[in-house]
Amino acid sequence: MRSDPKDYELVAPGSLQAAVGLLARSPGEWLPIAGGTDIMVQYAAGKLASRKLLSIWNLAELRNIEVLANEIRVGAGCTYTNIREHEVIGREFPMLVSAARWTGGIANQNRGTLGGNIVNASPAADSLPALLSYDAELILISVRGERRLPYAGFHAGYKKTKLAPDELIRAVCLPRRFSGYVCHARKVGSRNAQAISKVCIAALGRMAGQTVEDIHIAVGSVAPVPLRLSETELMLRGKVIDESLVLAAKKMAVAEIRPIDDIRSTAKYRAAVAGNLVAEFLNLLSADGKA
Amino acid sequence: MSASLEARSKSEISFTVNGEQKTVQAFPMERLLDVLRLQLGLTGAKEGCGEGECGSCSLLMDGTLVNSCMVPALQAQGASIVTIEGLDASAGSQRLQEAFLECGGAQCGICTPGMILAASHLLNKNPRPTLEEIKEGLSGNLCRCTGYLQIFEAIATAAGRETAASS
Amino acid sequence: MNHERIVGTAVPRKEGREKVTGKAVYVDDMVLPGMLYGATVRSQIPRGKIRDITFKPGIAWNEFVIVSAKDIPGKNCIALIGDDQPCLARDSINHPEEPVLLLAHPDRHALRKAVDAVSIEYDPLPAIFTMEESERGSEIVWGTDNVFKTYLIQKGNVDESWSKADHIVEGEYSTGAQEQLYIENNGMVAAYDAKQGVTVWGSLQCPYYVHKALMALCDLPAEKVRVVQMETGGAFGGKEDYPSMIAGHAALLAMKSGKPVKIVYDRAEDMAATTKRHPSRTRHRTALSRDGKILGGEIEFTIDGGAYATLSSVVLSRGAIHAGGPYYWPSVRIRAKAVATNAPPHGAFRGFGAPQSIFAMERHMDRIAQVVGLSPVEIRRRNFLQPGQTTTTEQVVREPIDLGKLLDRAISVSEYQTKKQEFAIENRTGATKKGIGIAAFLHGAGFTGSGERYLSSVVGVEGCADGGIRVLVSSTEFGQGTKTVLCQIAAEALGLRYEDVAIAQPDTTEVPNSGPTVASRTVMVVGKLVESAARGIHQTLKLSGMLGDSYSAEEFRAACLAYVAAHGQLRAWAQYDPPTDVFWDDEKYRGEAYAAYSWAVYVAEVSVDLTTYSVSVNDFVALQEVGRVLHPVLAIGQIVGGVAQGIGFALFEKVIWQQGRMQNNQMTNYIMPTSSDLPPIRVFFEELGNVHGAFGAKGIGELPMDGPAPAIVNAIEDALGVRFDSIPLMPEDIYDAITARSLRDKSDVASVIR
Repeated sequence: MRSDPKDYELVAPGSLQAAVGLLARSPGEWLPIAGGTDIMVQYAAGKLASRKLLSIWNLAELRNIEVLANEIRVGAGCTYTNIREHEVIGREFPMLVSAARWTGGIANQNRGTLGGNIVNASPAADSLPALLSYDAELILISVRGERRLPYAGFHAGYKKTKLAPDELIRAVCLPRRFSGYVCHARKVGSRNAQAISKVCIAALGRMAGQTVEDIHIAVGSVAPVPLRLSETELMLRGKVIDESLVLAAKKMAVAEIRPIDDIRSTAKYRAAVAGNLVAEFLNLLSADGKA
Repeated sequence: MSASLEARSKSEISFTVNGEQKTVQAFPMERLLDVLRLQLGLTGAKEGCGEGECGSCSLLMDGTLVNSCMVPALQAQGASIVTIEGLDASAGSQRLQEAFLECGGAQCGICTPGMILAASHLLNKNPRPTLEEIKEGLSGNLCRCTGYLQIFEAIATAAGRETAASS
Repeated sequence: MNHERIVGTAVPRKEGREKVTGKAVYVDDMVLPGMLYGATVRSQIPRGKIRDITFKPGIAWNEFVIVSAKDIPGKNCIALIGDDQPCLARDSINHPEEPVLLLAHPDRHALRKAVDAVSIEYDPLPAIFTMEESERGSEIVWGTDNVFKTYLIQKGNVDESWSKADHIVEGEYSTGAQEQLYIENNGMVAAYDAKQGVTVWGSLQCPYYVHKALMALCDLPAEKVRVVQMETGGAFGGKEDYPSMIAGHAALLAMKSGKPVKIVYDRAEDMAATTKRHPSRTRHRTALSRDGKILGGEIEFTIDGGAYATLSSVVLSRGAIHAGGPYYWPSVRIRAKAVATNAPPHGAFRGFGAPQSIFAMERHMDRIAQVVGLSPVEIRRRNFLQPGQTTTTEQVVREPIDLGKLLDRAISVSEYQTKKQEFAIENRTGATKKGIGIAAFLHGAGFTGSGERYLSSVVGVEGCADGGIRVLVSSTEFGQGTKTVLCQIAAEALGLRYEDVAIAQPDTTEVPNSGPTVASRTVMVVGKLVESAARGIHQTLKLSGMLGDSYSAEEFRAACLAYVAAHGQLRAWAQYDPPTDVFWDDEKYRGEAYAAYSWAVYVAEVSVDLTTYSVSVNDFVALQEVGRVLHPVLAIGQIVGGVAQGIGFALFEKVIWQQGRMQNNQMTNYIMPTSSDLPPIRVFFEELGNVHGAFGAKGIGELPMDGPAPAIVNAIEDALGVRFDSIPLMPEDIYDAITARSLRDKSDVASVIR
């Protein structure tokens, strides 16, 4: 353990209101910590820059899941286990459940939160491509009130978000319009469990006969932020999926991403696998269209 | 640092451990693992990696399995904690322990407390797990000695006996 | 042989109850009154001279105990084989993470800050990081030529075999470093007082290695050094020599401060600073007849020892002796060499050189098969050693081992032939390619050559005041079942119940030196001595008239009790007596290298996913002849655990080096297999007995490490038709190879068209 606990302050205000109140009084000073599965790793390694932490763990207001007519609102403090255990999410947003299953072992799933995954903003974060594909929106809260914005574009750059210094994510809204879509989520890590992703994909689509009616393809770990492959999607919309289109889509996907060499993998491997995952999805989608 | 300054920065944190109410003086960012091991002498939970990867520090907090090296002490305020030392009593735990002994589930033993807690957590939720479910339930507990096979056999054996006992 | 009641049965692990209830006491669970924490200030550069050391302001340095090389009372070295490794660097640095200073303080957090506040200035020197750089000799970092050790094994007339050959096959194979990754990090507690001397308690394999090292370091006589092994959370060789270093550090701090000192590493420090498996490079050149029989060959086996000699000469020895595999070589020349680089010294890891050279041999056999036009099964069958033939060191195979039959059995239970055919068909169209591969190998148990003779191990068995008996050995338990099996042996030898036998916790004031717990020697060699000493107890009781030749457990207990009451003590000793038919020539490096070999054939079934280029091992058969299985559950546990580590060695565990330092020194980034990454591992045993081992046992602890990697890579080649000769083999490597091949294929086609 390479940090000294006595150098750190951790407060637990006990309510969402008190939490945002503290953030408003001293914006940028307090680092919110929920389950700590990212922050505590940095802390143990002696690499946590923030000395003041605000515990938002287990705040009731952040931990509920609301099922509304047109959307599901997942409290930002919901853990991966909460997500895995929710029946409606399991039925209508299976890619989010897959992501929750892939995130570490059970103990980490019991503590890691959806909000934490978003705010920590690692390009390798497991749930983010699914959120992008599902056109998620975020409800942010501060003393100034609530605001709502699309999750797409929330990441301004590597580990940067559009969260204001006095804001917390309150909930993640998932629009209930993907029943009947073909979903494909896959994570490629260094092993089958408890692995940081090298490449991951969360894609969904719907065919109208043999043509692509709608398609969303999101990828992680291949750019400084999780990405929607919007150019690739554009190329595919309204088209018939054949071998040459799949090849073209692969090439476009590889052109859209910016993978790097790092301690876990290489840029060319990531690019190749990302292309393969896109092709895999398209073949699935095409088979569904023919069925 | 003067004693009074320290006393000011430490918090009084109360929780139950293995059914007993405990109050400790700890800095809020002390790790739950360290509070248990150093202040309460409960050394069954081990530090294998310090980053939530190996699971040898895992224990039950409010009935859920967590890696105690990842939990700041303040977040354990008011929680109900169960460590390997507290598992000794129940019939289910004894079945697990016996099965581990019979099947060779413990070799060097360092991962064993975490494994048994993870197994206990799994069997509480899912009394008749398949092999895949056992693997998944224990995916956050690393073992370098056994190659896992005999650990899974132990859990399946305990589950089988549990089912037999309750029918 | 099969009248035994205890040996051969699955008795409960002797210390099992403590382990499953969380009561077992590991070194970090120990707290002594007034104890300080200790930490190590380590070098940040791979090679150079220390110019200056500054203690930065902001730390209350007067609160700290500070130890440097100057404080060492005895010799500044970690005594092992040579004495080139300093305990603390004085002027020169030879690897990253080299210990320079030691600090101690009551507050381990303050300690951490203090370590970070020591600033060392260096005059860097050029450093080398590969075997090739070391061989080139443009920079000499050790001795006169960077070479720790060489061996030459020669048999027959190799030079003649080239002209007789119908085929000559060459290949180069390499293996990377591997981290032992015991789940319990290295740790020691030390205490000192002028009267008792130094006592250390720690996580370790070899109490007497530590004892010897502390005597030299602290300049203390034998009776003033005491080493106690605590419950040890995994070792695998990683706690064979390194504990002497950390014990030395704790002892020095304890001596200087007069207080007990605990040093426990965190994972990052343990991975970066302590020993790993030696990286290796093996070059084969083999002469074969038309029908695929080996006529002769040259094998060049090179290992990277890191910055100091430590155990490299012994790893080299075992690797060299195993380099020819379980095959008959009419002639061979094996040139083995251990070279220095500026990395932390590499050390023991299960297999100890054999996994490296056997990887090469078994990959090479598959290559030979292709060239000669035989199947991997047939090429091995034709070349297996037969009883009466000699090994590469001219040891006669005296036991009735039938490797052909072993191979047949492995092929049968793995359904090798059927699967190979099925896969060939499936692979024509699938996005997943499947393959199946085999590895055949042997593993010598006990110390090499004259090693056991040199060790001259001593074992004791004691009759206790309560009538029970207690085994006295320095052999340590670290999961493999030492305590259980040695108690089984003693109980069996004396006709007692398993529950009547206890075993002393290894403490150098209480147990004799039965040698280190390494080399798969504990059950076979030490166990046999335990058997002897146990019988010695019976002899003593019989001679004193207190017991006859047959007796009940209760009668024994009563006799033992009475004897101890009358005489105060009841002890019997046994010392290793080298078998007269095991002879080794250290100079020519020839003869009976090991008293016994275990033999094995492993079969791995894999699938390669061409979307992700990753390999899954789908089924694994581990068949081995081990003399005698003394405890079925423990034996299976050893094989499965070893296979899991072998799978890691092949496919997952890559050490990423930068300037001699391990970059991925965390569990998040050094990837060991989880349960989801392992196949069903099916274990089968055969038992031929072993006259040199307790109840016929041979060693099995390291054997399972040798086979998985080559079997898996052979299977991958079967699946893809692409050759891989280097491990760890990552999906990125597979991707690169497949891409390169398809580029080659395209350009071949292009050139044909042109």
